[in-house]
Amino acid sequence: MTDAGAKADDAGVDSDRRKFLTIATAATAAVGAAFAATPFVASWQLSERAKALGAPVSVDLSKLEIGQMITVVWRKQPIYIFKRSHAVVAELVRNDASLKDPKSAESDQPAYATNEQRSRRDDLAVLIATCTHLGCLPKQHFEPGDVELGADWPGGFRCPCHGSRFDMAGRVFNGSPASVNLKVPPYSFPTDSTLLIGDDESAAQGAA
Amino acid sequence: MASNDAQFKPGFWGWLNKRLPVESFFREQLLEYYAPKNFNVWYFFGSLALLALVMQLFTGIFLTMFYKVGDTTSFDSVEFIRREISYGWLIQYLHSVGASAFFVVVYLHMYRAMMYGSYKSPRELLWLFGMFIYLALMAEAFMGYVLPWGNMSYWAAQVIINLFSTIPVIGPGLVEWIRGDYGVADATLNRFFSLHVVAIPLILLLLVALHLVALRQSGSNNPDGIEIKERRGSDGKPLDGIPFHPYYTVKDVVGVGVFLLLFAVVVFFVPTFGGLFMEEANFEPANPLSTPEPIAPSWYFTPYYAILRAVPNQRLGALLLLMAVLLFFFLPWLDRSPVKSVRYRGWWYRGFLAVFTVSFLTLMYLGLKPATGAYVTAARVSAIGYFAFFLLMPLYSRWDRVKPVPERVSFHA
Repeated sequence: MTDAGAKADDAGVDSDRRKFLTIATAATAAVGAAFAATPFVASWQLSERAKALGAPVSVDLSKLEIGQMITVVWRKQPIYIFKRSHAVVAELVRNDASLKDPKSAESDQPAYATNEQRSRRDDLAVLIATCTHLGCLPKQHFEPGDVELGADWPGGFRCPCHGSRFDMAGRVFNGSPASVNLKVPPYSFPTDSTLLIGDDESAAQGAA
Repeated sequence: MASNDAQFKPGFWGWLNKRLPVESFFREQLLEYYAPKNFNVWYFFGSLALLALVMQLFTGIFLTMFYKVGDTTSFDSVEFIRREISYGWLIQYLHSVGASAFFVVVYLHMYRAMMYGSYKSPRELLWLFGMFIYLALMAEAFMGYVLPWGNMSYWAAQVIINLFSTIPVIGPGLVEWIRGDYGVADATLNRFFSLHVVAIPLILLLLVALHLVALRQSGSNNPDGIEIKERRGSDGKPLDGIPFHPYYTVKDVVGVGVFLLLFAVVVFFVPTFGGLFMEEANFEPANPLSTPEPIAPSWYFTPYYAILRAVPNQRLGALLLLMAVLLFFFLPWLDRSPVKSVRYRGWWYRGFLAVFTVSFLTLMYLGLKPATGAYVTAARVSAIGYFAFFLLMPLYSRWDRVKPVPERVSFHA
């Protein structure tokens, strides 16, 4: 070592030992800092109150007509609930060629909604109304051939922020900035005319 | 000359200077700090950025006295400030217009550095500190924008936070952690308030201090990009330098006067600047069930927003947005030209700088327009121009036929 003898005080110093102790001290301090940071990082997680307020939401379906849509809030997210006619459901398959993910293979939904109509019941669509691009609220354009969207528009949703388009099952069309279909929340039907959003395990599974 | 001989002076001045180096500090930092004598109008914006920071801190402290953070109180308290506090409307407009003025000044300050190669050696760190200030400023502006809890505040928070959801694997969990709830909510608003009012201003002040220390270390660049320290007179002082005080302090005061005049015109006559500085949708309370249409960020973010929207893929769009910001950091190493100032560069660099300027301004305009048809095409073309300026720089800055740089700065008294 060239600098070992530079200072008289350093004579006889075991520099390997010194280096080891320095590194060990620094490493211990780093672990301590990580532990100390934990409560502060964890404080940003969901509070118990936020979790409690995220409980399932019950919706009465008895007054929902075909072609009608209602919006409810579950876990701070708007949920679109709308009833489709048999004709609309039957026509969904015609969109497949122009969709990014027609089979919902890349998209986020419960197993029971991984189908053409993306729903548990054929007629009733339940979708999280948060554009999968960056989270705006897609607007309802149910009328086929909508003035804004052109004569070949089959009906669905369009996001006002960045122009993503979705069909009547919340599946995203080609050419949209969004890459995946609208999410489907977990839900179930405790009775024929009640929808429970946020819980897919409730007793009767209304096979309507 | 002893650096602190003021301590031997009689009376209070001597007493003070023995305990605190007041006189020597000001002498070294102002009277004996030599700045190039050929500064032009572009050199006003550094001191104006400092002024804008101080104004924002001052008006912000007063707004915090009346603002009540919370998803049920924020919107009402801002309206309360605007309508019922004496001169509350003025303090609030000074702060909101001040944010835009800050960005105007900072963008011009950055552009000056790009024109005259001020980021090049030996000022790379100075440039990096400046870029970190720019990042902190963007975070500060975004969070401040959320605080009034208007509908545009809410949806801006929703969209910007959702950018993080495009990060693979950790994205969705990270977004929930940032928001502290399943959606943008009271928890989000509260933490943004804390960051906007305490954490980021502290970081900004620290970065500004480092920026200034780094500036003093290497000295200011100038429109000719010539190092004045390399040509010294027999007294050891730079031949092309003049003492910062009184020459540039007085010059900066003139700049401050002009700036405040224009600033006052905006504050008093067009405080919302036709929706550019304050958007109409933000005069409605936050509504999670209604996205304002059209939705556009504040003007100072629109170039990046236009790039984001120009890409028909969510992850790639977010990645290009991030790159568009971060590429500025690499300028000192992308630029291989032997000269600093655009005055002595050739047409390659000048051409690309023009492409960048036009692209940036076009993107800024397009970010305010809907993302349809020709606007998207124009945004894509401009984005290519924007990225070409940075990514091709190692090539064209080397091909460039530069002019010989004179030994002394050009100066016309």
